[in-house]
Amino acid sequence: MSKLYSGAEIVFKCLEDQNVSHIFGYPGGAVLPIYDELKNFNSIKHILVRHEQGAGHAAEGYARSTGKPGVLLVTSGPGATNAVTALTDAYMDSVPLVCITGQVPTHLIGTDAFQECDTTGITRPCTKHNWLVKDVNDLAKIMHKAFEVATTGRPGPVLVDIPKDIQFQKSKYKNYKNNKKSNGKSHNNYSQKNIDELIDLISKAKKPIFYTGGGVINSGTKASELLRELVYATGFPITSTLQGLGCFPADDNQFLGMLGMHGTYEANNAMYSCDLMINVGARFDDRITGKIDEFSPKSKKVHIDIDPSSINKNVKVDLAIVGDIKSVLTSTLKTFKKSKNNFSKSNKHQISNWWEQIQKWRSKRSLDYIGSEETIKPQYAIERLYELTKDKDTYITTEVGQHQMWAAQHYKFNKPNRWMTSGGLGTMGYGLPAAVGVQIAHPKKLVIDIAGEASVLMTMQEMSTAVQYNLPIKIFILNNEYMGMVRQWQELLHDKNYSESYTAALPDFVKMAEAYGCVGIRAKTPEELDDKIIEMLNTDRPVIFDCLVDKQENCFPMIPSGKPHNQMLLGPKDQKEKKITGKGRALV
Amino acid sequence: MAKSKSAYSFAGKKQKPDTHIIVVWVDNEAGVLARVVGLFSGRGYNIESLAVAEVDQKQNISRITIVTTGTPQVVDQIKLQLKKLVPVHKVADFKREDKNVIFKEMALFKFVANNGKLNKAFEACKNFNPVILDKTNKSNVIQITALRREIDIMSKNLKKFGLVSVSRTGAVAMTRGSEIFK
Repeated sequence: MSKLYSGAEIVFKCLEDQNVSHIFGYPGGAVLPIYDELKNFNSIKHILVRHEQGAGHAAEGYARSTGKPGVLLVTSGPGATNAVTALTDAYMDSVPLVCITGQVPTHLIGTDAFQECDTTGITRPCTKHNWLVKDVNDLAKIMHKAFEVATTGRPGPVLVDIPKDIQFQKSKYKNYKNNKKSNGKSHNNYSQKNIDELIDLISKAKKPIFYTGGGVINSGTKASELLRELVYATGFPITSTLQGLGCFPADDNQFLGMLGMHGTYEANNAMYSCDLMINVGARFDDRITGKIDEFSPKSKKVHIDIDPSSINKNVKVDLAIVGDIKSVLTSTLKTFKKSKNNFSKSNKHQISNWWEQIQKWRSKRSLDYIGSEETIKPQYAIERLYELTKDKDTYITTEVGQHQMWAAQHYKFNKPNRWMTSGGLGTMGYGLPAAVGVQIAHPKKLVIDIAGEASVLMTMQEMSTAVQYNLPIKIFILNNEYMGMVRQWQELLHDKNYSESYTAALPDFVKMAEAYGCVGIRAKTPEELDDKIIEMLNTDRPVIFDCLVDKQENCFPMIPSGKPHNQMLLGPKDQKEKKITGKGRALV
Repeated sequence: MAKSKSAYSFAGKKQKPDTHIIVVWVDNEAGVLARVVGLFSGRGYNIESLAVAEVDQKQNISRITIVTTGTPQVVDQIKLQLKKLVPVHKVADFKREDKNVIFKEMALFKFVANNGKLNKAFEACKNFNPVILDKTNKSNVIQITALRREIDIMSKNLKKFGLVSVSRTGAVAMTRGSEIFK
């Protein structure tokens, strides 16, 4: 007879078989049997966070920077509800997470027991799938299925809710890993005919553009390589969404920068005027499309995505290719090379006018800002941070707001998996715990959270985690004492009524750093900025960097409310001419 | 529809909404109905009626029939989103006008009246396969099967014959002929 294991042991046996090396978590009554087993499984290291939301974001940072699923372990009731923000964040940004929650014993479910909540009910809309384990004999199967669901197709979070009595009960263990294909749900669903059509469109295009997104990154590093190969082979311009940054080198001439609400002038105008749009792993998000009726009116649109429900959801497309980016790009390149060996040379003429037009837009230099010698401009701070860290293999996380957009605009990413940001949900407080997760996965690498002072206070307690595990993360705060993006909208849309967007009584971040047992650095002038950044980089401990920046600076360019791509608001000079009036104000 | 507060979700050129019958085959497990219904409410889709029961005890398959209205784009999304749910096996979609599909709803009518009216009530139901399930000297319960709008009309018209209570199922659907939906 084979050996019997407790539910708690089975949880760890599954994690071992799934090659999980780190889990992020917080103990509590309903998961104590699992925590009790931790000591017997040396290959799995537990990272104790300070709040369950932090566990979730740390697991997200871990997952995004490695391509492996992130695992978190939390208790019932408040443990589970605290994790909901992170699960929703992961769901929106397609990050593979496996969340294990404790639950009150089976016989108490439904009695409003202490720390009971309907975890599977609450998390149903923010997970790909979830399970309440009612029989210990199902546990191993469910655990392995959970990993499979989280990591296949369009990745996302899953949750396994395990009542305390199940954790004690015994059962045989069987490794179900890779036993069979997932419920007949295949992910590649395209034909050679689709690829041929794509090649045909590519060869006829006069004003083409690649519009790439997070799907390329989720498809693995190979997908980024293939994308580069295709973009170079065609000579087409390429723009990327916020989540897609890094899959194509930002300093390459063919790269037009990020598109969308705070994207570059050239990228948005090219999207508006193109005759062929090739969407690779992006989802026509509303921050990207602007006014949907006037979105890229003259183009043929191709959409390559693994998730069939992303196709025609917001924007109707002419050619849909449902499949994994890596395999679609492999097929495309193969066909492309066969038929169009000298395409790049022969097509140069066809798209040369297009490139001329793009250069004209580029010459607007839409990311420029008015420099200052007295105060640190936030854009300048990011530029200096980039210049001083570009030779290192740096991982950047962010919070949400102006600093996030400035980071996306001014920090140049050349590799995938180096940029972790909350795009879909827009979760303030994401960056610090995400940096913890990234540093756990890459102990020797430089990990910086580009933060705002308002966002970072939402999950500040995770500094304590960073200190406990000697994680030398750098929290680079662009401190303007305002919720900057809220302030910006109030300035532009609400007659400068800065309702509740100013934070009085901010903490002294340097003293706060010291209180946590890490290092605090403050920069006040542009003159001292470089030295202070270098000091930060030379510190092999967690650092909170309080960078005091211009309080009034706004993030430009910007697609104003209710406007299409070709009506952008550029920097301060341009602004006087195009005031947002009337109907536009009620929007955004 | 009220004007959206967001510039980025302005309802553009509105397509015409149609009534569709969506049939979903699912694993009959705990919470599966909540997943399907939650998807509809969470994404703002409509449910006009819903019928669900296990149809295959051996393989634990339930069949859910949902009547919904939506533009072609919304109906497309409904199908694609449903297919993404882990316990969902297959999804079929029929237009209400589709001649190749049979749609039926069942209704139970309770009448309290004198014998003359009760007889008239039964007479009025005769086009819809009426069955008398219960009868006393001052009441009866009649079962009919019909289309939704027929039942709508009936329940209005039968008031005068002493109709006091109506209970009805959601629509169920099946294709005509020898073919089955795969």
